[in-house]
Amino acid sequence: MLMRLFDSDRAGSVMLTLLALLIAVVPVANLLVPPESSLHLSTYTVTLLGKYLCYAILAIALDLVWGYCGVLSLGHGAFFALGGYAMGMYLMRQIGERGVYGNPELPDFMVFLDWQALPWYWQGFDHFWFALVMVALVPGLLAFVFGWLAFRSRVTGVYLSIITQALTYALMLAFFRNEMGFGGNNGLTDFKDLLGFDLQAGSTRVALFVVSAVSLAVVYVSCRAIVNSRLGRAVVAIRDAEDRARFLGYRVHYFKLWVFTFSAVLAGIAGALYVPQVGIINPSEFQPLNSIELVIWVAIGGRGTLWGAAGGAVLVNYAKTSFTAVLPEVWLFALGGLFIVSTLLLPRGLAGLFKRSKDAS
Amino acid sequence: MKEPLLKRDRVYDFLAPVVIPEALLDTRHGPILYLEDITVTFDGFKALNNLNLTIGDGELRCIIGANGAGKTTMMDVITGRTRPDYGSAWFGSRINLLGMDEPAIAAAGIGRKFQKPTVFENLSVQGNLELAAAGNKGVWRMLSAPLSAEQRDAVNEVLSLVNLQAVAAHVAGTLSHGQKQWLEIGMLLMQRPRLLLLDEPVAGMTSAEIERTTELLLELAGTHSVVVVEHDMEFVRSIARRVTVLHEGSVLVEGKMQDIQNDPSVIEVYLGE
Repeated sequence: MLMRLFDSDRAGSVMLTLLALLIAVVPVANLLVPPESSLHLSTYTVTLLGKYLCYAILAIALDLVWGYCGVLSLGHGAFFALGGYAMGMYLMRQIGERGVYGNPELPDFMVFLDWQALPWYWQGFDHFWFALVMVALVPGLLAFVFGWLAFRSRVTGVYLSIITQALTYALMLAFFRNEMGFGGNNGLTDFKDLLGFDLQAGSTRVALFVVSAVSLAVVYVSCRAIVNSRLGRAVVAIRDAEDRARFLGYRVHYFKLWVFTFSAVLAGIAGALYVPQVGIINPSEFQPLNSIELVIWVAIGGRGTLWGAAGGAVLVNYAKTSFTAVLPEVWLFALGGLFIVSTLLLPRGLAGLFKRSKDAS
Repeated sequence: MKEPLLKRDRVYDFLAPVVIPEALLDTRHGPILYLEDITVTFDGFKALNNLNLTIGDGELRCIIGANGAGKTTMMDVITGRTRPDYGSAWFGSRINLLGMDEPAIAAAGIGRKFQKPTVFENLSVQGNLELAAAGNKGVWRMLSAPLSAEQRDAVNEVLSLVNLQAVAAHVAGTLSHGQKQWLEIGMLLMQRPRLLLLDEPVAGMTSAEIERTTELLLELAGTHSVVVVEHDMEFVRSIARRVTVLHEGSVLVEGKMQDIQNDPSVIEVYLGE
């Protein structure tokens, strides 16, 4: 079954092999190779790679809904951030008495705001399993309600893109407010440990990297399975000729809703993996700009090819890291330029260069 | 008062078998489609004005009319895209079309071909037909269940019926205009419809293709009811048994082609143009 999935997906097999190699090599290069050696991989690099992998998951999530279903969401960063906040809340609760104010029950920012008790929506986040459920449930539920209203009313195209953008902007403004109880503009930070493992330790960083890599592989395979199934073809059909699909008996809004919600859950998972690695989550993650950058990763990598989206996310972010270290002020121009070039010359992104006449069918 | 519960000739709702639309379709009284007093207004403009139309089971009917006569709006009403302000629309004598959405109407057995041939350009010809196959089209079902053997057989059958076996593996976007028309008709047939609504099925076809399409439609009539909206009078003449002329949202005349052609009011509003 799994083998059959990759019969016609050479690029995907290459990507999974690369991931497997990374999972094998990175821990060794970081933990076993001595720092003096030229083969040593610094913990900084491991974390950076882990971050890229989270972005790759996010890009695949967007590609599923945009590249395959034709729903251009300009607010997918919101689902990523919500997943991140759910994980951040767990990490906050783990700090316990080690906070600046030493309050065993309340996170520092609540003590600072003179709050007496933990708000109801923070209850349960001291359990890891609860946080995990919320990582999927909160973005999923928001996407479900939002999608139900939007798709049932047949909001499509640019109108849908604009309201998704408004959604993430509204969430950003809300999370900036101290009264929301999510740390205002400072967000959640100063995390100590996760499941008892010190987040600053190299071995924890390596473990987080490995979990991210495995998650990326699982996300890739499950999205591949969806895309290859009859559902995947129905979704492409809806993208290409929505009316035709509807008059053939497909309830188009259910399909869009399902894909949108699933994609939001994946984005939430990506956010939850991201937060312990970067050590902070704040409202700037809800910025519309983030969601637009995400669209650019997918466009450059190649929308409509899952591995292309993942590759685009890694490549663009690698370029961003390198660029912003040397010429920070040029980066946004470079990004814009890349987007224009890829739209004009490579409508199927970098993946289009490699892809032969093989098609979605 | 126990008596009514024990009445043996009564079937209570909860005991009644769940009826699938196919079984519900009842054409024992003749008509398969029954439109009565349909009125549709767009911003004060009456696109359909007390339209009355009856299509018999197995009939092949051509509908002609100038632009703006309401042909497309009529199809929109039948297929659930447009809700009329007034009137009633029945499929058979038991299915009320006005209470259903497009997918439900399609599942009940009405297939619609658009004016501009619309196929899924990025999928293969075979993939197009597979997607159109009759059966459960829920999200979960599509994800988990592969195509059934019957559906696979139906694909092959339809491929040969619309003469596309040779290009079955090709991407639909590469087909010629006429082939796309056939593919779309094939997709409708995959749904196992009882009523086919075809909007300009021979537009852009070569005369050989038109001939083949004529054969196909005549073949389908009888087992299916077919409603054709067409501008190509030559084609209408070659297939029509009965013709309905629409004018300003209602039926102007209905009858045999020869009678229609000689009707002065028709000549005035349509053929005379």
